[in-house]
Parts: sequence; C-alpha cells; structure tokens
Amino acid sequence: MGNGARMRRGLAAGVAAAAIAAASGCAGALPGGSDDEDGDVVIEFSQWWESELPDGKLRALMDEFEARNPGIQVELLSGPYASMKEQVIAGAAARMAPDVVGLDGAWVNDFAQKGVIADLSELMDDAGYDDSNLVSQTKVDGSTYMIPAVNFVYPMFTNDDLLAKAGVDTPPRDRSEFMRAAKRVTALGGETHGWTLPLSLEAPNGVQNDVMSWVWASGGSMLDGEQPNLVGNPDVSSGMSFVQDMWDAGVVAPGSFTMKEQDKVEEFSNGRVGMMIDSLAHVDTIREANPDLDFSVSAIPAADGYSGKRGIPYASWGLGVSDSSEHKAAAFKLVQFLMGKQVNADLASAAHAFPGNNESVPDFVKEDEVFSAAFDIYRQGRPENEFTGMPVAEQLMRDFSEELQRSLDGQQSMDEALEAAQERWEEEF
Amino acid sequence: MSTTVHAETPTLPSEASQPAGPPPPTSSVPRSRSVARIRERLAPYGFLSPAGVLLVVLMVTPVLMVVWYSLMDSVITNMDPQFVGFDNYAEVLTDPVFYVAVRNTLVFTGASVAAHFAIGLAFALMLNSPLLGNRGKALFRVLYVLPWLFTVAIVAVLWRLLLNPNGVVNYVLGALGLGSGQTEWLSDPSTALFAVTLINVWCGYPFFMISLLAGLQGIPRDLYEAAKVDGASIWQQFLNVTVPQLRPIIISMTLLDFIWTTQQFALIWMTTGGGPITSTEMLSTYTYKLAFTTYDFSVASAAAVIVLLLSMILGVIYVRHQKGRD
Repeated sequence: MGNGARMRRGLAAGVAAAAIAAASGCAGALPGGSDDEDGDVVIEFSQWWESELPDGKLRALMDEFEARNPGIQVELLSGPYASMKEQVIAGAAARMAPDVVGLDGAWVNDFAQKGVIADLSELMDDAGYDDSNLVSQTKVDGSTYMIPAVNFVYPMFTNDDLLAKAGVDTPPRDRSEFMRAAKRVTALGGETHGWTLPLSLEAPNGVQNDVMSWVWASGGSMLDGEQPNLVGNPDVSSGMSFVQDMWDAGVVAPGSFTMKEQDKVEEFSNGRVGMMIDSLAHVDTIREANPDLDFSVSAIPAADGYSGKRGIPYASWGLGVSDSSEHKAAAFKLVQFLMGKQVNADLASAAHAFPGNNESVPDFVKEDEVFSAAFDIYRQGRPENEFTGMPVAEQLMRDFSEELQRSLDGQQSMDEALEAAQERWEEEF
Repeated sequence: MSTTVHAETPTLPSEASQPAGPPPPTSSVPRSRSVARIRERLAPYGFLSPAGVLLVVLMVTPVLMVVWYSLMDSVITNMDPQFVGFDNYAEVLTDPVFYVAVRNTLVFTGASVAAHFAIGLAFALMLNSPLLGNRGKALFRVLYVLPWLFTVAIVAVLWRLLLNPNGVVNYVLGALGLGSGQTEWLSDPSTALFAVTLINVWCGYPFFMISLLAGLQGIPRDLYEAAKVDGASIWQQFLNVTVPQLRPIIISMTLLDFIWTTQQFALIWMTTGGGPITSTEMLSTYTYKLAFTTYDFSVASAAAVIVLLLSMILGVIYVRHQKGRD
C-alpha cells in the first residue's frame, strides 16, 4: 500500500472514529438525567448558585441528599446566571433539559407556556407534599411552576451619616418624609443626591426594584387579575407621580437612564447618595467597599397615611423541574429536600438570603443587626414581585423603562407613559 | 482526448517490476487505469474537502437555518412551528424602532469609519515621519495601539467610568471651563449616540493605523524624491504620492471596517443597552432583544436575514474591489 493510500485510509478511519466519539461523547455530555451502571437514578441540577455560595457548600448539600435518598445521585451543572436562561432554553429545545433547574421568577411564565418546566402542583400531589410551610409559590394559570428556595429582599438602605448631616434623624417612613429627606441631602451640595434610580435598558430590573416597589409598598398592584392594569389605577398613578416629582425636584443622582444595579450600589458605597432601594445581598459588598459607612435598612416608605401591610420586592433562587425529565419524582425529592426546614435554613444562611420555608431561621439574622432588622421587615411585610411569573418579564420591564424615561425626559406626560406602557404590555400578554 | 491519455499513460512502476508471465486479464488493466484516473480527478476535491466541510458546517448550515427560521413561527421554543412565509419580515419592516435602529447604525458606522480613517492616517503619518526618533516611534506605537488590545468588556467599563457624570471627563471639562461638568454623556438621549461612537472610535482606530503604517512603509522613497525634484510641496506629495499609493489599503480597510462596525453589539449593549429610550438602538441590539428578551427567534431571524442582506451588499463591493485589484 502506498503512502497516499495509507494516508487516505487513515484519514477515513480517523473521521469514522471521530464521528463515533462525537456521537457517543456528546450524548454523554448533553444535559438530561440517566441511569448509571449500578441502576441508580442520576438527576441533573442546573443552577448559578454554586459559584455564589461558599466553596463546596452546594455539593455538601447534594451529598447529604444522596445519603438520605439511596439510589438517587445528583450531578450539579453550574454556570453563570447570565447564561443560565439561554442554556435552559437550548436544553428544552432539544428535550435534553436538566431534571431540576434553578429559576429566576422572571423566566417562569415563558418557561411554563413553552413547556420547558413541569407543573409542580401535580408533582406535589403525587408526592403527597404539604406546601403550607412554603413562603411563596410562583404560579401560572393557577398551577405552581416554581418554588422560591431563598429570597433576596429589597429594603430601603439609608446612609445614616449623610442623613444626620442633612438634619434627618430617622429613616423616612412615608413618601413625604422621603421627599423631604432627599431634598435635604441633595441640598448638602457637592456630588450628593437624595436618591438613586437605575433605569438601564440592558438590565431593566430597576423598574421592578426601584420603581414598582413604591406601588407595592403601599399595598398597590400593577395588575388586575393576571392582566396589566397601569391606566386608571390610582396606586400606580400615584407611585409614578411620586417618581416624577422626585425627578423634577432634582434629588435623583445623575446618570439614571443607563445606570445599573451595581452602579447604584457604588454610588451608595461612595457616600454620594442618601437613600436607595437595594438587595440585602449587597450588604457585604457595601461593607467591603466602604467599611466606615454607617448605614441601616428600613421598610420602603409607603404613601402618606397608608397603614396596611407593606409589599417588599424580592428576587429568588427558585426551583423547578424540567418537563422533559424522565425522573420527575426523583427530581421533586430534591426540591422537597432543599425546602426542608433545616436544609433551607442552611442554604439561606450560606446565601445570606431569607428562607423559602417559613419555619426556617437562618443563622445570620441572630448575629448581624442589619440582617436582623431586614428579617423583621420581611416578616412584618409581604414579599411582593408581580413581575415574577409574568410573560417576557424582562421585556415588560424594558418597555416600562423606555416609557418612563420618555416621561422623565419631558417627551411625554406620566399619564401618556402609563398608557403607552399598558399598550406595549398588552401586546406581550 | 481520452484516447490520447490512454496511449500516453506510462506503465506503473509496480507493473513494470512484475515478473514476466501470462498477461493479466485484459479487462483488469483498463479498470485499474480508470480507477487511477478517477482518483486523480478526485484528488483536488479531497484536498479541498476539509475546508468545504467546515464551510458547510460553520457557515452555510447556520445561515440556511436562520433563513428557514425566519419563515416559520415561534421556532426553537415551539416544538411544532408553522410556516408563515414572509410574515416575520413584514413585522420587522413595519416596526418603527427598526428604522430608528437602521438610522442609528448608519450614523454610528459612518462616523466611526470616518474617524477611524482620519485618526489612523494621522497617527500612521506621524509614526512614519523621519522627524521622530526610533525610541519615540516605539513608544508612540505602543501607546497608540493600546486601545486595540483591550477587550470590549474592559473598554465598556473603562468608558462608563470616564463618562460617568462624576467621572474624569466631566471633571476635566469643568476645570477647563468647557462645560457644566455635569453632562450625562451616556444617559442623555441627546449625547448618548455621540458618546458610544466616541468610544468605538477610540477602540477601533489602531487597526486602521497599523494597516496604513504598513502601507506607508512600503511606498518607495524615490517617488517622493521625484516629486520633490518636480517642485511638489509636502501637501502635494501627500495628495499625489501618498494617497494614490495607499488607495487600495484605504478602500479595503474602509469596507472591512464598515462591515465590522455595523455588527458592533457588545460595546453598545454593555454601555447603554440601546438606550436611553431608543437613542443608541442598533440593528444588532434590536435583533438581540427580539431573540433573548422576547424569545421571538423567528422575528429575530427575519431581522438577522435583513442585516445579512445589507451586509452582503458591502461584502459584494469588497469582493469586487479585491478582484479588481487582482
């Protein structure tokens, strides 16, 4: 055989081997649970949590689960939050999604409508699960699709030094007090401002955390049933008018239209802003950035005279089960395990978040006064996030942010902004 | 033709070395010859096949898939998408934001390419000047090429800090009395497009500069000497020697830069997200939002195909220019 022929045959063999390796290797690498050689069920759990928890914490919890549930093994698929949504969509398109999926509430409606995640109400019934201890459940058309495992609440942060300098002794409790405090802080001059309002279109969650929170804190709602209700809604109208008044009064830190959450935290950490609404997850970040900053957390101010329960925005690390999973019962066992009283408290402690089980008490609330105060606010109020479970939630926030920006920029009135946002939301619904 | 080949085909060495004996069956000789002939004809295709396979897998298939997606409804997220013809194209073409994105893309691209060329040429001329010593040239080369070495994420973070209302740019301008010192460069709808274009100019000019510098170094000195003998001034030498000599590079670079800049996504997304309102919405951000925030992959595919067609116009011009050069 000549060299050329040998090379050709070698090449052909190589291509064939590569094809076989690709077929077998890729099949093994693709998401989706399986049965291993011992007959154990191997379920996959995709999430972005592992990298945000202390090293080895989530794996240790999985080991505990495996010890309690012989015959079930858990493979963790970890990735950054930013790419998780796309990964789940891609996995679902190929019907190869992981069995248990870490979810953000904003994705739930889309995933449920598109058949990516399974109806947890059915799985709870099948497992005889008592859901009375769950703080909240994310539902679509009356069925549960996500269970928030831990919640990161968004109270009001105040720079107490700055407020004291401005002659404000206690954090504001209602909108009038907030406006007064913001004006006084802004009047200190230099680069200080009373409030910061991130409205970036890249990450439009400022609409949820910094804008709609004013409505929820006063018991209002932006929905009527499950439909958008922005027009002719006095709660929304009054909340948005308040935002516009704050803007017109010049108490909002500059750069709002492209400001993101991390910019907001930076402004606050640098002592340039008196008040902000932000996630408790940033307490450590603020302390590390500025150890001398004297700050505290309080409930978000409500409309003047409101005395009802205050809604407090939250974001969750949610749990769902993939609709394409072949091991839904085993997958739900993992969900059940993570929502158990002690395990959930353990997870919440590690994440510095509040538990999804109302009987769990994380360690850190006993040791840290900021978290302790926040836990009281959390328990006295009601976690509220109407974007959770809505279709294309992120796009709804972006639509609203665009119209709000037009209004703040003077291109339209706030009523026109709400009408335009309502129209855009109705199209999405 | 084929008869001639038969007559002239030399005896293969392996056949020549065979011991004398009964002649092989007459039918096997032409068969082995025809196999050899086929192999010979297929050999070039064999060599081309790896590139061909890569081209099909990495280029043709994705493009065809996107075109196919654009003609269907709710692809990827729907297990049973329906054929809807050109409905998705109609949706894109009747969306006023699409035209805002087209206009912004043209302004952003046109201004970026023009500035890349002007700054790149100016710096290349400076670096090629005999007035600058070798050490000076080396230093400036490093300094001028730096923006090109940063990744887009770093550029975006850097410029967000610089252009922050409390940032260095406002501080310097305020100190010089050239502004209020409170300009919201990226957050003000009236300045945002200018600001992102400025950032893109900053990070893109070194590519032009290096290419033009290479071109300048290749211009024979005797052309300048001849021009001097003819009494040409520096400006006349630039217009009549430098520019004509650089023209092929200028045209190629301009076309390539135009194509690349129209596809700029990461920088816009990380600095403004297409906002404030729609003031920096580009075709790239518009398509991305359709795909990844509304999950409308079909309409996003239609938008992508339209962008592809627009890019192809530039591509055809570029290829024609290259062929013309050859």
